[in-house]
Amino acid sequence: MNFKRFFAVMKARNIEFFRDRSSLGWSLFFPILMLAGLSFVFSGDGKAVYKVGVVNLETVQSPFLATRYVDFIDYKDKSSATLKLEQHAIDFVLDYSDKNYWVNQGSPNSYFIEKIFLGQHTDFKRLETHGKKIRYVDWVLPGILGMNMMFSCLFGVGYVIVRYRKNSVLKRLKATPLSAFEFVSAQLVSRIFIVLFMSCVVYVGCNFFLDFYMLGSHIDLFIVAILGAVSLISLGLLVASRSKSEELIGGLLNLTSWPMMLLSGVWFSLEGAPNAVKVFADLLPLTHLVAGARKIITEGATLADISYHVAALVIMSTVFLALGSYLFSWNAER
Amino acid sequence: MTQVQRSPNETKHMVIEVNNLVKSYKGVQAVDDISFTINKGHCFGLLGPNGAGKTTTIEIMEGIIKATSGQVLYSGISIDEDISQQIGIQFQSTALQDFLTVQETLNLFTSFYDNTIPHEELIKLCDLNDFLDRDNRLLSGGQRQRLLLALALINDPEIIFLDEPTTGLDPQARRNFWQLIKNIKAQDKTVILTTHYMDEAEQLCDDVVIMDSGKIIATGTPNQLLAKHFQNVFIYLPKGQVPQVLIEKHNWVVDNERVEITTQQVEETISLLIAAQVSLDGLQVKSPNLDDLFLKLTGHSLRE
Repeated sequence: MNFKRFFAVMKARNIEFFRDRSSLGWSLFFPILMLAGLSFVFSGDGKAVYKVGVVNLETVQSPFLATRYVDFIDYKDKSSATLKLEQHAIDFVLDYSDKNYWVNQGSPNSYFIEKIFLGQHTDFKRLETHGKKIRYVDWVLPGILGMNMMFSCLFGVGYVIVRYRKNSVLKRLKATPLSAFEFVSAQLVSRIFIVLFMSCVVYVGCNFFLDFYMLGSHIDLFIVAILGAVSLISLGLLVASRSKSEELIGGLLNLTSWPMMLLSGVWFSLEGAPNAVKVFADLLPLTHLVAGARKIITEGATLADISYHVAALVIMSTVFLALGSYLFSWNAER
Repeated sequence: MTQVQRSPNETKHMVIEVNNLVKSYKGVQAVDDISFTINKGHCFGLLGPNGAGKTTTIEIMEGIIKATSGQVLYSGISIDEDISQQIGIQFQSTALQDFLTVQETLNLFTSFYDNTIPHEELIKLCDLNDFLDRDNRLLSGGQRQRLLLALALINDPEIIFLDEPTTGLDPQARRNFWQLIKNIKAQDKTVILTTHYMDEAEQLCDDVVIMDSGKIIATGTPNQLLAKHFQNVFIYLPKGQVPQVLIEKHNWVVDNERVEITTQQVEETISLLIAAQVSLDGLQVKSPNLDDLFLKLTGHSLRE
């Protein structure tokens, strides 16, 4: 590995990307527009009722449970109920066995439901939680950023390499002492830099206006983003390893990206999906990127907590990269 | 397969030796058992029409594609990947990376090699100064070819391959490019050139190999080849000026409203025309060129 050659190719690719204003603009504004649009669409709460979490609901009999316009949701333990309260997923938590109730100080709904509850019960101990509300935009954020990374990695690497191969840029580079490994590594690192830079710009920029929910560590989130980017770029390299046709590569990249866009949990949770769909989704790198990032953001998970997703991304990157390097051709011979 | 025996003197000047080269693509014999040698400091021309096998041959010599059989020796040693440090290549059609300027492209390629020549020298030699800060996408055909030539020279190679370097250039740009190649030749570098422009080969090449359908059909210096195959020159006159009787008597050819007179004795023929009171207005005398040679050898034109 000659680092002088590696850095020169990486620098050239970065210059090419940042000077291509249409591509740069699209990479920046697409996720911002998506987030702004979703934030606007889901800005109204739309809830007709209050939601009250009750610990062991089946065992409780109380006239309060007959209150109209209130949904009572059963929780088996206090901690999961209070976590949901912290995240504003519910408005109030009741534990009849210990005679405790919890309110979220930052939630107006919590305040109103407490007033209704105290009209009927005065012998419960008041406990408080704090926490910002998880909005749909918070939940969908890792999906949107992940999807944008996916498109940037797959098309930004796969399409560019096929274009280079078709118009003989690769052939010209092959005629120099530059090795395939140096070239592929430079493309990979350049794209990681571009993808993470753009994602950070979008995240920080949107966070300024939307104030995203974040329970976990930004460093863990960054590490998961790197792993996700590496796996998606490796997949792009694999798809583009031999083709010389832009039409074919367009089709192949669409074939690769659409299942991920639909089945990797970008827009909705796959919890209720059929088992076969879940198994298939598990084979897609974007699934693990989005699931890992979402757990860090909404549940405060650490890298150890999401070790399954981390391991899946590492294994996929290794397999894709090894296959891509093995199959890589500078110039598909006639 | 035959192994050519060479004298020590021949071997001393030889920089590249191509022996019994064959390249097949899915049943098509692109290069069919060809052998030739190239001397140090010479400009060597590989000539032939499109599809003759020139580019395939030159790309095997560059190490870009592998031969089906046969070998290419550089100073007696078989080619390997290290050859890329020692040779310079200008492909027939190469795009450059978009959004990079000429200066940035030079910087990029400089980083690939262990030894490079100073940019100032390269910029002067290839006349790049006027468009150094221009985006590669905005270069004219001539400017692009000059940049590609600079990239081929960036590692100060002893051997430079130029594959159809002036195709698509206007006449002035072609002549400017020829001058650049002459400047490179003057530095005692070996230039291997493919072209289907015969005037280009006659201007630049010391030795030529003419290929057709993957085979070599003639080899030698341009003058040797022409002297070997032609003893005549051509005299042309407008048809209306030459009496029909004279045309029939001497069996002259009428083509395209011109009378074509083939002769070894130019002075004698002109005296004959004057004696017959034929006007010499519009008279043209032309020596045979490599185009004519190719036509003679194959029965079809180089540009077909």
